Amino acid sequence: MNAGSAKTSKLGVQDATKIYHTASGDLLALDRCSLDVHANEIVSIVGPSGCGKTTLLWSMSGLHRLTSGAIRLDGKEITGPHPDIGIVFQEANLLPWRNLDANIHFPFEIKGEKPDRAWIAHLIHRVGLDGFGGKFPRELSGGMQQRAAIVRALALKPSVLLMDEPFGALDSFTREEMNRLVEEIWLDTKTTIVFITHSIEEAIFLSDRVVVLSARPGRVAKEYRVPFPRPRSLEIMATKEVFDLTNTIKMDIVGERARPKARERATAEIVRIRP
Amino acid sequence: MSGDDAIPEFSKAKAGAKAGDGHDVSLTNLSAFASGPGIRSGAEVAAIIAVAVVIIGGIELALRLFNVPHYIMPGPSAIAYALFDEFPLIAPHLGYTLVELVSGFAIGAIIGLVMAAVITQFPFAEKIVAPYILLLVTTPMLALVPLLILRFGFGYTPRIIAVALAAGPMVMINAATGFRRVDSAKIALARSYGASTLQIFWKIRAPMALPMILVGLMIGAIFGLLTAVGAEMVGGGFGLGNRLTTYSSMIQMPQFFAVVLILSTLGILIYVFFFLIGKKWASWEA
Repeated sequence: MNAGSAKTSKLGVQDATKIYHTASGDLLALDRCSLDVHANEIVSIVGPSGCGKTTLLWSMSGLHRLTSGAIRLDGKEITGPHPDIGIVFQEANLLPWRNLDANIHFPFEIKGEKPDRAWIAHLIHRVGLDGFGGKFPRELSGGMQQRAAIVRALALKPSVLLMDEPFGALDSFTREEMNRLVEEIWLDTKTTIVFITHSIEEAIFLSDRVVVLSARPGRVAKEYRVPFPRPRSLEIMATKEVFDLTNTIKMDIVGERARPKARERATAEIVRIRP
Repeated sequence: MSGDDAIPEFSKAKAGAKAGDGHDVSLTNLSAFASGPGIRSGAEVAAIIAVAVVIIGGIELALRLFNVPHYIMPGPSAIAYALFDEFPLIAPHLGYTLVELVSGFAIGAIIGLVMAAVITQFPFAEKIVAPYILLLVTTPMLALVPLLILRFGFGYTPRIIAVALAAGPMVMINAATGFRRVDSAKIALARSYGASTLQIFWKIRAPMALPMILVGLMIGAIFGLLTAVGAEMVGGGFGLGNRLTTYSSMIQMPQFFAVVLILSTLGILIYVFFFLIGKKWASWEA
């Protein structure tokens, strides 16, 4: 670790391997997957479905134990959920029996801490949910629910924010709006963000780097730098560079999807060899 | 019908992408509460009253027209009169029945809730006790009343035990269904903030189970009422059940039906009570 260098690893994944023991046999989801996320960076992870993106993210959050390999936050290995890592889940995952305020205070309740009211009010204003604190999740649109979930995830001021396909269930206009919101929040807080998505456009718009995972077992197949300055506008998305990059990534994913059969066989062998 | 819904949207094509986590949460519909009393307009109220008047008046008229004797079927007016006239005599018996119902139900409900919470935490233990729970739920506890009277005498004790035995298992199976409704994403959320098992129980599992717990409490209370009245009919000298047997043996049918009316009212009150609690605390689901 050369501390002080510009590219210090904030969240490091080293040789992450995850085997699920299922009724129909062992399943190798991640195979010696390594990835470094630098401080203040937005990294998106894309890949064919079932490639282990979510497994990777949940391992980074400390919610899933790896079969082997390590996750390091600021150089220290983490073995469970960490207060410095916030998570935004698929769907909003709000608690339906609590109103928005109570949902946002939930993390503080679990930790037994006093909510930082000024910071929460700032976040609520930032995502445009002023005056909705007394509303229940079912009274809000999917986009608004996900905004509240983002506030909840940022309420404890984590230095890393993991987002697991957070906007997958939203319509494309709301999704673009949410993407701009994430960038705004990033410009505001400079929180390191790891973002999982099915949408290559979303990945390019948001990220400094786009990481393509291989078909299962997941492993980093390709990595692309997205050089556009921030704040980015939607016009960028119409440029030839973005178009070409989108197609390149799409071809990567299609290529990965085309050879899962061979992989599956290899997996079976690996699993058999390992104790 | 679902032709429009079937348009494939690529952003939603993530079903089955998850490996280990069962996200299949099926929210049990609280139809018992959703279809509860909900009167909206004055016209509706008027219509309800009109229908009641027509039905009750019609019965009265038919009974008089066909000269049906009182000991076969008393008319609504005779029943209403008996209710007024006999109420001071019936009231203490209503009190006895309520004591049995409330104390027996409280004991049964608490034991049922605790057992549901405990066994759902240990799936292995649940498998072992499942047949006995089924036995408790399906056995009519009234059958045990003669035995209980033999052992505990003619006082409150055997009836309270019978009510607890009837209500407890009902509360327990419904509450257990509620506690089993695990939403792994919500538990993961709590765990991501470092929640303890106890915190996960009180802040995630218990609120999620609440609608089913309320259904269990309502069914348990109704079963408790049935059992209390039944136990009073089997033996002993007090309670509304005792009034039923006494009045029928003396062919005092208006008084008999007055007691039946009181029992129906109790049942309705139990239902409305839990309906209102459900509306206040579990409306997020209904």
